Amino acid sequence: MFQQRTDFSDPVTLSFEGREIMANRGDTLAAALLGCGIFDFRRAVVSNTPRAPFCMIGNCYECLVEVEGKGLVQACLTEVVEGMRVNMGSPRKPVASGNDSADV
Amino acid sequence: MKYRSLDIGVIGGGLLGSAFAYGFSQRGLNVGLIDEGDNAVRTARGNFGLVWVQGKGKGMREYAQWSLKSANAWSTFSNDLFDLTGTGVDYHRPGGFHISVDEAELEEHVAMLEQLRSEAGEEGYDYELVQGQTLAQHLPGIGEQVPGATYCPHDGHVNPLRLLRALQEGFDRNGGSYLPLLGIDRIEPLNSGGFELFSKGRRVAGCEKLVIAAGHGSITLGNQVGIDVPIHPEQGQIVVTERSAESLAYPTNLVRQTDEGGFMLGPSARDVGFDADTNTGTLQEIVRRCSTAFPYLRGLHIQRSWAALRIMTPDGFPVYSQSEEFPGAFAFSCHSGVTLAAVHAKDVCQWVLDGAIPSAYRCFGSERFDVSAAN
Repeated sequence: MFQQRTDFSDPVTLSFEGREIMANRGDTLAAALLGCGIFDFRRAVVSNTPRAPFCMIGNCYECLVEVEGKGLVQACLTEVVEGMRVNMGSPRKPVASGNDSADV
Repeated sequence: MKYRSLDIGVIGGGLLGSAFAYGFSQRGLNVGLIDEGDNAVRTARGNFGLVWVQGKGKGMREYAQWSLKSANAWSTFSNDLFDLTGTGVDYHRPGGFHISVDEAELEEHVAMLEQLRSEAGEEGYDYELVQGQTLAQHLPGIGEQVPGATYCPHDGHVNPLRLLRALQEGFDRNGGSYLPLLGIDRIEPLNSGGFELFSKGRRVAGCEKLVIAAGHGSITLGNQVGIDVPIHPEQGQIVVTERSAESLAYPTNLVRQTDEGGFMLGPSARDVGFDADTNTGTLQEIVRRCSTAFPYLRGLHIQRSWAALRIMTPDGFPVYSQSEEFPGAFAFSCHSGVTLAAVHAKDVCQWVLDGAIPSAYRCFGSERFDVSAAN
Protein backbone atom coordinates (compact mmCIF):
# COMPACT_ATOMS: atom_id res chain seq x y z
CA MET A 1 0.00 0.00 0.00
CA PHE A 2 2.83 2.40 0.88
CA GLN A 3 6.26 2.80 -0.61
CA GLN A 4 9.23 2.22 1.65
CA ARG A 5 10.83 5.51 2.64
CA THR A 6 14.45 6.11 1.67
CA ASP A 7 14.62 9.93 1.64
CA PHE A 8 15.80 10.57 5.17
CA SER A 9 17.18 14.10 4.91
CA ASP A 10 16.95 14.87 8.63
CA PRO A 11 16.77 11.42 10.18
CA VAL A 12 15.84 10.34 13.64
CA THR A 13 16.02 6.81 14.97
CA LEU A 14 13.39 5.22 17.11
CA SER A 15 12.15 1.75 17.90
CA PHE A 16 8.87 -0.10 17.54
CA GLU A 17 8.51 -3.34 19.49
CA GLY A 18 12.28 -3.37 19.80
CA ARG A 19 12.85 -2.99 16.04
CA GLU A 20 14.93 0.02 15.05
CA ILE A 21 13.30 2.28 12.49
CA MET A 22 14.14 5.54 10.75
CA ALA A 23 12.01 8.59 10.22
CA ASN A 24 12.42 12.25 9.32
CA ARG A 25 12.33 14.87 12.01
CA GLY A 26 8.85 16.40 12.00
CA ASP A 27 7.13 13.19 10.88
CA THR A 28 4.19 12.00 12.86
CA LEU A 29 4.68 8.68 14.53
CA ALA A 30 1.84 7.19 12.49
CA ALA A 31 3.43 8.28 9.21
CA ALA A 32 6.81 6.99 10.35
CA LEU A 33 5.47 3.55 11.24
CA LEU A 34 3.41 3.21 8.07
CA GLY A 35 6.46 4.37 6.07
CA CYS A 36 8.40 1.44 7.51
CA GLY A 37 5.71 -1.04 6.52
CA ILE A 38 4.23 -1.36 10.02
CA PHE A 39 0.47 -1.74 9.79
CA ASP A 40 -0.25 -3.52 13.03
CA PHE A 41 -0.37 -0.71 15.61
CA ARG A 42 -2.42 -2.40 18.27
CA ARG A 43 -5.10 -5.01 18.89
CA ALA A 44 -8.76 -4.16 19.31
CA VAL A 45 -9.80 -4.49 22.92
CA VAL A 46 -12.89 -6.52 22.21
CA SER A 47 -12.17 -8.57 19.07
CA ASN A 48 -8.36 -8.69 19.43
CA THR A 49 -8.03 -7.97 15.70
CA PRO A 50 -5.15 -5.86 14.31
CA ARG A 51 -5.68 -2.12 14.06
CA ALA A 52 -4.01 0.59 11.98
CA PRO A 53 -4.59 4.32 11.48
CA PHE A 54 -7.81 5.18 9.73
CA CYS A 55 -8.25 8.96 9.74
CA MET A 56 -4.72 10.32 10.39
CA ILE A 57 -6.25 13.51 11.79
CA GLY A 58 -6.89 12.64 15.43
CA ASN A 59 -10.50 11.59 15.22
CA CYS A 60 -10.68 7.82 15.06
CA TYR A 61 -8.31 6.69 17.82
CA GLU A 62 -7.42 3.58 15.82
CA CYS A 63 -3.69 4.43 15.91
CA LEU A 64 -3.10 4.25 19.66
CA VAL A 65 0.41 3.12 20.54
CA GLU A 66 2.40 3.00 23.72
CA VAL A 67 5.29 5.46 23.95
CA GLU A 68 7.64 4.75 26.82
CA GLY A 69 7.36 7.48 29.40
CA LYS A 70 4.18 8.87 27.86
CA GLY A 71 1.75 5.99 27.86
CA LEU A 72 -0.93 5.49 25.26
CA VAL A 73 -0.89 8.17 22.56
CA GLN A 74 -2.51 8.78 19.18
CA ALA A 75 0.34 8.07 16.79
CA CYS A 76 -1.09 10.45 14.19
CA LEU A 77 -0.85 13.40 16.60
CA THR A 78 2.57 12.58 18.03
CA GLU A 79 5.83 13.78 16.50
CA VAL A 80 8.78 11.43 16.35
CA VAL A 81 11.65 12.13 18.72
CA GLU A 82 15.18 10.74 18.56
CA GLY A 83 15.44 7.60 20.67
CA MET A 84 11.69 7.25 21.15
CA ARG A 85 10.71 3.76 22.24
CA VAL A 86 7.33 2.67 20.99
CA ASN A 87 5.29 -0.45 21.53
CA MET A 88 1.97 -1.71 20.30
CA GLY A 89 -0.95 -0.12 22.05
CA SER A 90 -2.22 -2.25 24.86
CA PRO A 91 -5.44 -0.96 26.33
CA ARG A 92 -5.59 -0.06 29.96
CA LYS A 93 -7.63 -2.52 31.89
CA PRO A 94 -9.75 -0.50 34.23
CA VAL A 95 -10.29 -3.28 36.60
CA ALA A 96 -12.25 -3.65 39.14
CA SER A 97 -9.87 -3.88 42.01
CA GLY A 98 -11.82 -1.37 44.05
CA ASN A 99 -8.58 0.58 44.07
CA ASP A 100 -9.29 4.29 44.01
CA SER A 101 -5.74 5.29 43.27
CA ALA A 102 -5.82 4.81 39.50
CA ASP A 103 -3.55 7.41 37.93
CA VAL A 104 -5.36 10.38 36.47
CA MET B 1 -36.16 15.96 -7.45
CA LYS B 2 -39.51 14.84 -8.76
CA TYR B 3 -42.75 15.18 -6.88
CA ARG B 4 -43.63 12.16 -4.72
CA SER B 5 -47.08 10.86 -4.13
CA LEU B 6 -47.12 8.94 -0.87
CA ASP B 7 -49.49 6.97 1.32
CA ILE B 8 -47.72 8.33 4.35
CA GLY B 9 -45.29 11.19 4.71
CA VAL B 10 -43.05 11.19 7.76
CA ILE B 11 -41.28 14.49 8.45
CA GLY B 12 -38.11 14.00 10.46
CA GLY B 13 -35.28 11.49 10.00
CA GLY B 14 -34.27 11.14 13.63
CA LEU B 15 -34.98 8.21 15.86
CA LEU B 16 -38.71 8.83 16.08
CA GLY B 17 -39.28 9.51 12.40
CA SER B 18 -37.09 6.60 11.35
CA ALA B 19 -38.94 4.21 13.69
CA PHE B 20 -42.27 5.33 12.25
CA ALA B 21 -41.04 5.14 8.66
CA TYR B 22 -39.68 1.64 9.28
CA GLY B 23 -42.91 0.57 10.98
CA PHE B 24 -45.07 1.78 8.11
CA SER B 25 -42.78 0.20 5.53
CA GLN B 26 -43.09 -3.13 7.34
CA ARG B 27 -46.77 -2.97 6.44
CA GLY B 28 -46.03 -2.58 2.74
CA LEU B 29 -47.13 1.03 2.47
CA ASN B 30 -45.71 3.67 0.16
CA VAL B 31 -43.84 5.76 2.72
CA GLY B 32 -41.60 8.79 2.40
CA LEU B 33 -39.13 9.77 5.11
CA ILE B 34 -38.37 13.44 4.66
CA ASP B 35 -35.21 14.53 6.39
CA GLU B 36 -33.84 18.04 6.71
CA GLY B 37 -30.19 16.98 6.74
CA ASP B 38 -27.25 17.24 9.05
CA ASN B 39 -27.64 20.98 9.42
CA ALA B 40 -30.80 20.19 11.41
CA VAL B 41 -30.81 20.41 15.20
CA ARG B 42 -30.72 16.57 15.45
CA THR B 43 -32.06 15.80 18.88
CA ALA B 44 -31.10 12.15 18.34
CA ARG B 45 -27.47 13.12 18.92
CA GLY B 46 -28.30 13.25 22.59
CA ASN B 47 -29.24 9.58 22.82
CA PHE B 48 -27.39 7.69 25.51
CA GLY B 49 -28.57 4.25 24.38
CA LEU B 50 -30.56 3.17 27.41
CA VAL B 51 -33.72 1.12 27.02
CA TRP B 52 -34.91 2.17 30.42
CA VAL B 53 -37.91 1.58 32.63
CA GLN B 54 -36.95 2.24 36.22
CA GLY B 55 -37.86 5.59 37.66
CA LYS B 56 -40.24 6.46 34.84
CA GLY B 57 -43.85 7.46 35.26
CA LYS B 58 -43.92 9.60 38.39
CA GLY B 59 -47.13 11.54 37.97
CA MET B 60 -48.34 9.50 35.00
CA ARG B 61 -48.67 5.79 35.54
CA GLU B 62 -49.51 5.21 31.87
CA TYR B 63 -46.02 6.34 30.94
CA ALA B 64 -44.44 3.70 33.16
CA GLN B 65 -46.61 1.04 31.52
CA TRP B 66 -45.85 2.39 28.06
CA SER B 67 -42.09 2.28 28.73
CA LEU B 68 -42.35 -1.25 30.10
CA LYS B 69 -44.41 -2.35 27.13
CA SER B 70 -41.75 -1.05 24.76
CA ALA B 71 -38.89 -2.57 26.78
CA ASN B 72 -40.68 -5.92 26.64
CA ALA B 73 -41.11 -5.61 22.88
CA TRP B 74 -37.49 -4.63 22.30
CA SER B 75 -36.05 -8.11 21.89
CA THR B 76 -38.41 -9.06 19.06
CA PHE B 77 -38.04 -5.60 17.58
CA SER B 78 -34.24 -5.80 17.40
CA ASN B 79 -34.32 -9.38 16.11
CA ASP B 80 -36.70 -8.39 13.33
CA LEU B 81 -34.43 -5.49 12.42
CA PHE B 82 -31.43 -7.78 12.29
CA ASP B 83 -33.21 -10.38 10.16
CA LEU B 84 -34.20 -7.71 7.68
CA THR B 85 -30.99 -5.67 7.54
CA GLY B 86 -28.15 -7.75 8.93
CA THR B 87 -27.33 -4.79 11.16
CA GLY B 88 -27.05 -5.69 14.81
CA VAL B 89 -27.85 -2.92 17.26
CA ASP B 90 -25.98 -4.38 20.25
CA TYR B 91 -29.13 -4.75 22.30
CA HIS B 92 -28.64 -6.34 25.71
CA ARG B 93 -31.01 -6.62 28.61
CA PRO B 94 -29.13 -7.73 31.70
CA GLY B 95 -31.20 -5.36 33.80
CA GLY B 96 -29.92 -1.96 34.84
CA PHE B 97 -28.60 -0.24 37.95
CA HIS B 98 -29.55 3.24 39.04
CA ILE B 99 -26.57 4.36 41.09
CA SER B 100 -26.87 7.06 43.71
CA VAL B 101 -23.60 8.74 44.62
CA ASP B 102 -24.62 9.90 48.09
CA GLU B 103 -27.08 9.00 50.86
CA ALA B 104 -29.51 11.83 50.21
CA GLU B 105 -29.79 10.89 46.55
CA LEU B 106 -30.35 7.26 47.39
CA GLU B 107 -33.05 8.04 49.90
CA GLU B 108 -34.90 10.26 47.46
CA HIS B 109 -34.60 7.76 44.63
CA VAL B 110 -35.81 4.79 46.66
CA ALA B 111 -38.73 6.81 48.03
CA MET B 112 -39.71 7.70 44.47
CA LEU B 113 -39.59 4.04 43.34
CA GLU B 114 -41.61 3.01 46.41
CA GLN B 115 -44.24 5.57 45.59
CA LEU B 116 -44.40 4.40 41.97
CA ARG B 117 -44.76 0.81 43.09
CA SER B 118 -47.55 1.56 45.53
CA GLU B 119 -49.40 3.65 42.94
CA ALA B 120 -49.07 1.06 40.22
CA GLY B 121 -50.05 -1.97 42.29
CA GLU B 122 -49.71 -5.20 40.35
CA GLU B 123 -48.95 -3.36 37.15
CA GLY B 124 -45.79 -1.87 38.61
CA TYR B 125 -42.31 -2.93 37.63
CA ASP B 126 -39.82 -4.82 39.70
CA TYR B 127 -36.77 -3.35 41.36
CA GLU B 128 -34.58 -4.08 44.33
CA LEU B 129 -32.14 -2.12 46.44
CA VAL B 130 -28.59 -3.48 46.19
CA GLN B 131 -25.80 -2.44 48.55
CA GLY B 132 -22.45 -3.40 49.98
CA GLN B 133 -20.84 -6.68 48.93
CA THR B 134 -23.74 -7.70 46.71
CA LEU B 135 -23.43 -4.47 44.77
CA ALA B 136 -19.67 -4.90 44.44
CA GLN B 137 -20.18 -8.42 43.10
CA HIS B 138 -22.43 -7.15 40.33
CA LEU B 139 -20.52 -3.95 39.70
CA PRO B 140 -16.86 -4.72 40.42
CA GLY B 141 -14.86 -1.57 41.05
CA ILE B 142 -17.85 0.42 42.33
CA GLY B 143 -16.65 3.35 44.43
CA GLU B 144 -16.57 3.06 48.18
CA GLN B 145 -18.55 6.29 48.48
CA VAL B 146 -21.54 4.79 46.67
CA PRO B 147 -24.21 4.04 49.29
CA GLY B 148 -26.29 1.82 47.05
CA ALA B 149 -28.09 1.31 43.77
CA THR B 150 -31.42 0.01 42.61
CA TYR B 151 -31.57 -2.86 40.17
CA CYS B 152 -34.41 -3.20 37.69
CA PRO B 153 -34.52 -6.39 35.58
CA HIS B 154 -36.47 -4.71 32.76
CA ASP B 155 -33.69 -2.29 31.79
CA GLY B 156 -31.22 -2.70 28.97
CA HIS B 157 -29.11 -0.80 26.47
CA VAL B 158 -28.39 -0.54 22.79
CA ASN B 159 -26.10 1.27 20.34
CA PRO B 160 -28.26 4.23 19.24
CA LEU B 161 -26.19 4.94 16.12
CA ARG B 162 -26.63 1.39 14.90
CA LEU B 163 -30.31 1.59 15.77
CA LEU B 164 -30.81 4.68 13.62
CA ARG B 165 -28.89 3.05 10.80
CA ALA B 166 -30.80 -0.24 11.05
CA LEU B 167 -34.17 1.55 11.02
CA GLN B 168 -33.26 3.49 7.90
CA GLU B 169 -31.75 0.42 6.23
CA GLY B 170 -34.87 -1.59 7.02
CA PHE B 171 -37.04 1.20 5.68
CA ASP B 172 -34.96 1.26 2.50
CA ARG B 173 -35.12 -2.53 2.07
CA ASN B 174 -38.87 -2.39 2.39
CA GLY B 175 -39.00 0.04 -0.53
CA GLY B 176 -39.40 3.26 1.43
CA SER B 177 -38.35 6.57 -0.13
CA TYR B 178 -35.76 8.46 1.88
CA LEU B 179 -35.87 12.11 0.86
CA PRO B 180 -32.85 13.90 2.34
CA LEU B 181 -31.88 17.56 2.41
CA LEU B 182 -35.48 18.67 2.38
CA GLY B 183 -36.56 21.02 5.11
CA ILE B 184 -40.34 21.08 4.94
CA ASP B 185 -41.52 24.60 5.76
CA ARG B 186 -45.13 24.55 4.58
CA ILE B 187 -47.90 21.99 4.89
CA GLU B 188 -51.06 22.51 2.92
CA PRO B 189 -54.05 20.42 3.99
CA LEU B 190 -56.26 19.58 1.02
CA ASN B 191 -60.04 19.90 1.06
CA SER B 192 -60.31 16.41 -0.34
CA GLY B 193 -58.13 15.06 2.47
CA GLY B 194 -54.40 14.53 2.42
CA PHE B 195 -51.58 17.03 2.53
CA GLU B 196 -49.16 18.76 0.20
CA LEU B 197 -45.65 19.38 1.50
CA PHE B 198 -43.48 22.29 0.42
CA SER B 199 -39.83 23.16 0.80
CA LYS B 200 -38.73 26.72 -0.05
CA GLY B 201 -41.83 27.30 -2.14
CA ARG B 202 -41.43 24.05 -4.06
CA ARG B 203 -44.09 21.34 -3.84
CA VAL B 204 -42.09 18.20 -3.03
CA ALA B 205 -44.58 15.56 -1.94
CA GLY B 206 -48.19 14.78 -1.33
CA CYS B 207 -49.42 12.27 1.22
CA GLU B 208 -52.67 10.75 2.43
CA LYS B 209 -51.48 10.75 6.01
CA LEU B 210 -48.89 12.89 7.69
CA VAL B 211 -46.66 12.14 10.66
CA ILE B 212 -44.69 15.04 12.10
CA ALA B 213 -41.67 13.83 14.05
CA ALA B 214 -39.39 16.73 13.33
CA GLY B 215 -37.91 17.31 16.75
CA HIS B 216 -37.91 21.01 17.58
CA GLY B 217 -39.22 21.72 14.08
CA SER B 218 -42.47 20.01 15.04
CA ILE B 219 -43.74 23.17 16.74
CA THR B 220 -44.15 25.27 13.61
CA LEU B 221 -45.11 22.29 11.44
CA GLY B 222 -47.73 21.17 13.95
CA ASN B 223 -49.22 24.66 14.05
CA GLN B 224 -49.91 24.47 10.32
CA VAL B 225 -52.25 21.52 10.84
CA GLY B 226 -53.78 22.68 14.10
CA ILE B 227 -51.64 20.65 16.48
CA ASP B 228 -50.07 22.25 19.52
CA VAL B 229 -46.61 20.80 20.25
CA PRO B 230 -45.48 22.17 23.62
CA ILE B 231 -41.82 21.22 23.67
CA HIS B 232 -38.57 22.96 24.48
CA PRO B 233 -34.90 22.06 24.13
CA GLU B 234 -33.06 20.46 27.02
CA GLN B 235 -29.34 20.41 26.53
CA GLY B 236 -27.63 17.15 27.46
CA GLN B 237 -23.89 16.46 27.35
CA ILE B 238 -22.15 13.15 26.84
CA VAL B 239 -18.56 12.11 27.47
CA VAL B 240 -16.93 9.06 25.85
CA THR B 241 -13.73 7.41 27.00
CA GLU B 242 -11.19 5.37 25.08
CA ARG B 243 -12.05 1.74 24.44
CA SER B 244 -11.19 -0.62 27.17
CA ALA B 245 -11.53 -4.26 28.17
CA GLU B 246 -14.99 -5.25 29.34
CA SER B 247 -15.47 -4.35 32.96
CA LEU B 248 -19.05 -3.16 33.33
CA ALA B 249 -21.64 -5.84 32.65
CA TYR B 250 -24.72 -3.70 33.27
CA PRO B 251 -25.99 -0.39 31.97
CA THR B 252 -26.41 2.25 34.65
CA ASN B 253 -28.04 5.67 34.85
CA LEU B 254 -24.58 7.30 34.85
CA VAL B 255 -22.26 5.09 32.81
CA ARG B 256 -22.56 2.33 30.28
CA GLN B 257 -19.88 0.40 28.45
CA THR B 258 -20.52 -0.16 24.75
CA ASP B 259 -19.84 -3.37 22.86
CA GLU B 260 -16.81 -1.64 21.32
CA GLY B 261 -15.37 -1.11 24.80
CA GLY B 262 -15.79 2.65 25.25
CA PHE B 263 -17.57 4.07 28.27
CA MET B 264 -20.36 6.61 27.79
CA LEU B 265 -20.72 9.05 30.66
CA GLY B 266 -23.73 11.21 31.41
CA PRO B 267 -26.30 12.47 32.03
CA SER B 268 -26.82 16.21 32.34
CA ALA B 269 -29.63 18.65 31.73
CA ARG B 270 -29.31 22.39 31.05
CA ASP B 271 -31.87 24.92 30.03
CA VAL B 272 -29.91 27.12 27.62
CA GLY B 273 -32.24 27.45 24.65
CA PHE B 274 -30.69 26.34 21.39
CA ASP B 275 -27.10 26.56 22.58
CA ALA B 276 -25.49 23.24 21.66
CA ASP B 277 -22.00 23.92 23.05
CA THR B 278 -20.49 21.93 25.87
CA ASN B 279 -19.30 23.78 28.96
CA THR B 280 -16.52 22.81 31.32
CA GLY B 281 -18.61 22.94 34.49
CA THR B 282 -21.15 20.44 33.19
CA LEU B 283 -18.48 18.11 31.83
CA GLN B 284 -16.63 18.24 35.15
CA GLU B 285 -19.80 17.39 37.03
CA ILE B 286 -20.52 14.43 34.73
CA VAL B 287 -17.00 13.12 35.19
CA ARG B 288 -17.08 13.73 38.94
CA ARG B 289 -20.27 11.75 39.45
CA CYS B 290 -19.29 8.93 37.12
CA SER B 291 -15.83 8.56 38.62
CA THR B 292 -17.30 8.60 42.11
CA ALA B 293 -19.40 5.66 40.97
CA PHE B 294 -16.49 3.94 39.21
CA PRO B 295 -13.10 5.32 40.32
CA TYR B 296 -11.29 3.20 37.71
CA LEU B 297 -12.65 5.53 35.01
CA ARG B 298 -10.07 8.09 36.15
CA GLY B 299 -7.41 5.93 34.52
CA LEU B 300 -8.96 6.25 31.06
CA HIS B 301 -8.54 8.97 28.46
CA ILE B 302 -11.57 10.94 27.41
CA GLN B 303 -11.95 10.75 23.67
CA ARG B 304 -14.90 12.98 22.96
CA SER B 305 -17.65 15.01 24.47
CA TRP B 306 -20.56 16.78 22.89
CA ALA B 307 -23.83 18.47 23.63
CA ALA B 308 -27.21 17.86 22.06
CA LEU B 309 -30.59 19.51 22.30
CA ARG B 310 -33.03 16.88 23.39
CA ILE B 311 -36.79 17.23 23.45
CA MET B 312 -38.44 18.11 26.73
CA THR B 313 -42.15 18.51 27.35
CA PRO B 314 -43.69 20.47 30.24
CA ASP B 315 -44.16 17.31 32.32
CA GLY B 316 -41.44 15.14 30.76
CA PHE B 317 -43.87 12.67 29.21
CA PRO B 318 -44.41 12.13 25.48
CA VAL B 319 -46.73 14.36 23.49
CA TYR B 320 -48.70 12.31 20.98
CA SER B 321 -51.35 14.35 19.20
CA GLN B 322 -53.66 14.15 16.23
CA SER B 323 -55.24 17.00 14.35
CA GLU B 324 -58.96 17.34 14.97
CA GLU B 325 -59.18 19.97 12.27
CA PHE B 326 -57.33 17.96 9.61
CA PRO B 327 -57.84 14.23 10.14
CA GLY B 328 -54.87 12.14 9.13
CA ALA B 329 -52.25 14.50 10.56
CA PHE B 330 -50.34 13.46 13.66
CA ALA B 331 -47.42 14.89 15.63
CA PHE B 332 -45.26 12.82 17.97
CA SER B 333 -42.57 14.11 20.31
CA CYS B 334 -40.81 12.51 23.22
CA HIS B 335 -37.65 12.45 25.28
CA SER B 336 -36.98 8.69 25.09
CA GLY B 337 -36.80 7.77 21.43
CA VAL B 338 -34.58 4.75 22.08
CA THR B 339 -36.68 3.09 24.77
CA LEU B 340 -39.92 3.76 22.90
CA ALA B 341 -38.65 2.79 19.43
CA ALA B 342 -40.29 -0.64 19.64
CA VAL B 343 -43.78 0.67 20.37
CA HIS B 344 -43.32 3.58 17.97
CA ALA B 345 -42.63 1.19 15.11
CA LYS B 346 -45.54 -1.03 16.02
CA ASP B 347 -48.37 0.41 18.10
CA VAL B 348 -48.09 4.04 17.08
CA CYS B 349 -47.93 3.18 13.37
CA GLN B 350 -51.13 1.21 13.84
CA TRP B 351 -52.83 4.22 15.45
CA VAL B 352 -52.00 6.30 12.39
CA LEU B 353 -53.31 3.65 10.03
CA ASP B 354 -56.49 3.35 12.11
CA GLY B 355 -56.83 7.12 11.83
CA ALA B 356 -56.95 7.95 15.52
CA ILE B 357 -55.02 7.64 18.76
CA PRO B 358 -56.91 5.11 20.93
CA SER B 359 -58.66 6.52 23.97
CA ALA B 360 -56.33 4.62 26.32
CA TYR B 361 -53.47 6.72 24.98
CA ARG B 362 -55.17 10.09 24.83
CA CYS B 363 -53.45 10.84 28.13
CA PHE B 364 -50.38 11.61 26.00
CA GLY B 365 -52.22 14.32 24.05
CA SER B 366 -51.18 17.97 24.27
CA GLU B 367 -54.69 18.75 25.56
CA ARG B 368 -53.40 17.87 29.01
CA PHE B 369 -51.56 21.19 29.09
CA ASP B 370 -54.61 23.14 28.05
CA VAL B 371 -55.68 25.20 31.06
CA SER B 372 -59.21 25.87 29.80
CA ALA B 373 -59.79 22.14 29.25
CA ALA B 374 -58.64 21.35 32.76
CA ASN B 375 -61.07 23.80 34.35
